[in-house]
Amino acid sequence: MTVLDNTTSPAPARGLFERLSDVLWRRPRLLVALLVLPPLAWLGIVYLGSLFALLVQSFFSIDEFSGQIRYELTLSTYAELFRAYNLDIILRTVAMAAAVTVAAAIVAFPIAYFAARYARGPMKALFYLGVMLPLWSSYLVKVYAWKLILAREGILNWAFESAGLSWLLNAYLSLPGVGGNSLSVSWTGTFLVFLYVWLPFMILPVQAALERVPPSMLEASGDLGAKPGQTLRHVLIPLALPGIIAGSIFTFSLTMGDYIVPQIVGTSARMIGQAVYQYQGTAGNIPLAAAFAVVPILIMGLYLWFAKRKGAFDAL
Amino acid sequence: MKAAVEFSRVARHFGAVRAVDDVDLSIAEGEFFAMLGPSGSGKTTCLRLIAGFDRPTSGDIAIFGQSMGNVPPYRRPVNTVFQDYALFPHLNVRDNVAYGLMIVGQNKKARRQAADEALELVALPGFGDRKPSQLSGGQRQRVALARALVMKPKVLLLDEPLGALDLKLREAMQDELKNLQRHLGITFVFVTHDQGEALSMADRVAVFNEGRIVQAGTPHDIYYRPETPFVADFVGSSNLLQPDLTERLGGGRVHAALRPEAIRLTEQGHAAQVVSQAFLGTATRLTLDMDGHRLTALVPKGDALPAVGDTVHLEWAPGDLHLMKAGA
Repeated sequence: MTVLDNTTSPAPARGLFERLSDVLWRRPRLLVALLVLPPLAWLGIVYLGSLFALLVQSFFSIDEFSGQIRYELTLSTYAELFRAYNLDIILRTVAMAAAVTVAAAIVAFPIAYFAARYARGPMKALFYLGVMLPLWSSYLVKVYAWKLILAREGILNWAFESAGLSWLLNAYLSLPGVGGNSLSVSWTGTFLVFLYVWLPFMILPVQAALERVPPSMLEASGDLGAKPGQTLRHVLIPLALPGIIAGSIFTFSLTMGDYIVPQIVGTSARMIGQAVYQYQGTAGNIPLAAAFAVVPILIMGLYLWFAKRKGAFDAL
Repeated sequence: MKAAVEFSRVARHFGAVRAVDDVDLSIAEGEFFAMLGPSGSGKTTCLRLIAGFDRPTSGDIAIFGQSMGNVPPYRRPVNTVFQDYALFPHLNVRDNVAYGLMIVGQNKKARRQAADEALELVALPGFGDRKPSQLSGGQRQRVALARALVMKPKVLLLDEPLGALDLKLREAMQDELKNLQRHLGITFVFVTHDQGEALSMADRVAVFNEGRIVQAGTPHDIYYRPETPFVADFVGSSNLLQPDLTERLGGGRVHAALRPEAIRLTEQGHAAQVVSQAFLGTATRLTLDMDGHRLTALVPKGDALPAVGDTVHLEWAPGDLHLMKAGA
């Protein structure tokens, strides 16, 4: 009977897409290859390729008289990094990145802890909105807004004045290194703006890590005699460490590579990002720019290697 | 003698939910005490109140005569084995076990030795260097036990510690826990929803329902003399007789419990029909219908078996029909 035939033999593939589906079902590896190939090409050629090109550039040097690039492999450009004024740039940048990272971790932890442990429902939505909202507006706008906030005529100064604490702000600004004419032209200003723009990148991974810590873990610690401070030190922070490290990778590398914030808010002393920007642009010294750009990569690599050795990822 | 744990009119309300409602309870020193009940009956909340993870809305809990009203968990002489074990994933097994000793400031050598001894006690010698993630469920359970025992608690709290284990392992651990408790002489408070586990291990059982203790007593009493229909039903295996049936059988208008093995098949007595039978090995279980009431009876191996549909006559010793309190 024809009705029976229809139910026992499989329906033939109809149309191009159905036949394509059949082929992909028979060869699952083909499907994986099709899915992976485009991003792999992007990552491999465009992303890593350009990085490699940069790396190669850093082994060339520039002829001091003609200003032409000499296409011979040499380490002389790297040697140039160790000249006092270049070394200053590197140390200054690393110090700033470290300060921003530590401060971001300290500020982010309680916020992330609250969000992971206590915020539920609408409260949680509000938390995500509060953390993400600043990311939705232009970075330039935020930095300029901070310049106005920190300026001598800005709201912060006004607040100190109104509270009768101008003397405190002025005393702080007169400190060498961190101070300046006003907050907006001081290292403190640069630090505050960095802390503000990169904070979400620390909060979110820390919150994700804390979310995965079962409440019973903290109870067990208390049950075994640990006061809250001891639980924080021996259980909570070690378990949140992968999140803190992930966040610190963001805050550290973003700070090290940035050339806009220190240009708008801060002193005239340069950071690595500005040096790269100037050497590859106006100065036309691509090899030195490339060598400078390698520095953050090296530092991040060292940092991750050290973190892994110290067992920061053991809780993963 | 002071009670190891004493609840005086303890209540814990979560908004409108009365998780624990006016509980009085006294656990003797050295006792293996089980808190039995379905999920949401308040037994785990009671355990958490003893540990100090939660505080009562009203009433007081005393441990060895000391009120725990304002005592945080880290200053209570109790330790807990958690349902999910709660082992610290970033520490190896030895450091997990030694955690409490590290917190109280014992030196490294002493706590290492104590941890290794505790691991030996729970039959895990040489496991100190492994990570919790490398252990099986049963092994993790033992580590959790060792971690609590190494603190030499006056009371050990166990929150469904065998719940995640498979049947065979569970039975083996039941014996081991019982032996360990006898050997150490520590008061054990054990929370479970498994009546078999509670009856086989505990010296005394409290049956919880809707935030209250409905009956507390020896496993024998709980099993043979359930005071309410809930206990009879939850502890299971007994026939629960409705008041009208009890009255007809001459017991007054109350609920009653009748064990299946107490029922004998005879020539005269109460008539019932065989609905189905199930072979259990040492006996055969008959499901009977007595004027619309279902009863279960056990026929020992070797006795004559009626067929399905047959009418049989039932008898039991007068004392076997356990009458419950009216209105219970």
